[in-house]
Amino acid sequence: MTMKSSTRQIDGVTIVDLSGRITLGEGSTMLRDIVRDLITKGNKRILLNLGDVTYIDSSGIGELVSAFTTVRNGGGELKLLNLTKKVHDLLQITKLYTVFDIKDDEAVAIQSFAK
Amino acid sequence: MTAKRVVHRLDSTLESVNQAEQKASEIATASGFDEEVVHRIEMAVREAAVNAVYHGNAYDPNKKVTLQFERTPDALIITISDEGRGLDPADIPDPLSPENLLKPSGRGIFLIRSFMDEVRIRQLHPGTEVTLIKHRTNTEGSKEEPK
Repeated sequence: MTMKSSTRQIDGVTIVDLSGRITLGEGSTMLRDIVRDLITKGNKRILLNLGDVTYIDSSGIGELVSAFTTVRNGGGELKLLNLTKKVHDLLQITKLYTVFDIKDDEAVAIQSFAK
Repeated sequence: MTAKRVVHRLDSTLESVNQAEQKASEIATASGFDEEVVHRIEMAVREAAVNAVYHGNAYDPNKKVTLQFERTPDALIITISDEGRGLDPADIPDPLSPENLLKPSGRGIFLIRSFMDEVRIRQLHPGTEVTLIKHRTNTEGSKEEPK
């Protein structure tokens, strides 16, 4: 299953609902394009909902890191929502769990962004 | 159970990476590993296949990736080799060090080592051979043959 995405706005936060695989090739490239497009359009508060992401490889992890640093360098915030156990374990193994701001409740996540 | 060996010769394409992952999943499942271990094996194989196709053979249509699965009574042994310029494990930076933590790449070999019981990297001149070993525990029994 390739990656799919949809975007919605709540209280000035752009929520990107991702599903499927974020792997080398289509998935990681698609994520890069989504984040670049959001930044270009001035969206600086981004919440990536990974609840339906079934698989992520090192390329996908790299793309999450790139998205995080790109948004941060532009003065914005990027947070992660609803990690599956597989993604959670990967971020722990790679020590990225301490880098990302990770939430498991959407409303709490939205409130946590700087106003 | 006697040792059983299957060898695949794959093109240097992204499709081959997906094939390698799929075959690893089938064989690990048939070897009796539980779902979580199967995921770790298929992911380690995917990362090794990415290295072979992308970093090793650089998508060169004239170069092949060899993928071998060997099921022994004690372990599942997977060997992935390419025909590229070679990889020196000493040159691989530690992705957990603070200066590398936010780099977008460099986690493949680290993940392979995290997910497998043993990992051996050998230079082939030309190319690199990576051997991945997952030991069986007593609770794991072999199931049907993968197709």
